[in-house]
Amino acid sequence: MSEHEHVTSRAFSIALGIGLLVLTAITVKAAFINLGAFNPVVALLIATVKATLVVLFFMHVKGASEKLTSVVVISGFFFLAILLSLSLADYLTRSWR
Amino acid sequence: MSDSHATAVDTAESHPQLRHHFANMEQQKNTASLGMWLFLVTEIMFFGGLFCAYLIYRLMHFNAFAAASQQLDIKWGAFNTAVLLVSSVTVVLAVRAAQDGNRKQLVGYLVITVLLGLTFLGVKAIEYKEKFEKHHVPGPTFAFTNTFDDNGKQIPVNPKEAELFFSLYFAMTGMHALHMIIGCGLFSVLAVLAWKGHYSPGYYTPIENAGLYWHLVDIIWIYLFPLLYLISRHS
Repeated sequence: MSEHEHVTSRAFSIALGIGLLVLTAITVKAAFINLGAFNPVVALLIATVKATLVVLFFMHVKGASEKLTSVVVISGFFFLAILLSLSLADYLTRSWR
Repeated sequence: MSDSHATAVDTAESHPQLRHHFANMEQQKNTASLGMWLFLVTEIMFFGGLFCAYLIYRLMHFNAFAAASQQLDIKWGAFNTAVLLVSSVTVVLAVRAAQDGNRKQLVGYLVITVLLGLTFLGVKAIEYKEKFEKHHVPGPTFAFTNTFDDNGKQIPVNPKEAELFFSLYFAMTGMHALHMIIGCGLFSVLAVLAWKGHYSPGYYTPIENAGLYWHLVDIIWIYLFPLLYLISRHS
């Protein structure tokens, strides 16, 4: 509850918002350039950068007073990674006979 | 965290908003925040299941997914992404206003957030209406006649596979829209309570936790937009 915690400056928040809008514009532009197999990679990479910025700075995970919060957030994404990677490890290898 | 800053009156152990089972306001706030994050993790897993289904079917029926995806309007999708990102900024500014104890600004930012949320839902309604008109809603009336242009090669698309894409489209954007409706309701209540002066620099946990929810819904859309709208747009 100290005055220095959690308080993000307005200018920084707005700048970050503009940055996120720019990244959205870049995603749209990149979708129309033929990058072959890398089109979805680039799109998801930009989405992940945007999501990470939101989680760290808008949701205040960076500099959170409770380490426990960080643990919960990281465990959430960890289990999501298990869900996605093991499911895909199954479906992507079914044709290997 | 650091007790050295416990100068504010609000951190006292006699705050009117302090429930009797907490030692002080900081402990109460941290507990609420942890509970909110645990809820958000269940939300991540819930949407994760939808994303996982989407990924598997997209890999299995890529051409149909690309052809069906190209029926979505990028302009509306990008516009809605921008609307949600701006609303996330207004949420941050609302939390900041609550920390500063600026009641008018707080109410203002909460109202702007609700309006942006309603704008998003309005655009979604326009898009859904178009889907009904084009018979792209899964069900007995579903019709899809299209080919996927794979660099000059016209590949006919199986309508059943395209229907799968639209099923996932409606399940994912529909679930997301439901979360937006709940978010708009939540922020409307908060705006009224903020107007009545329920929140102070020592107690704004509901604003902060509702903000966390709003940001998560924003993040889900950040992924939905490229996954649903931007498949193979370059050809």
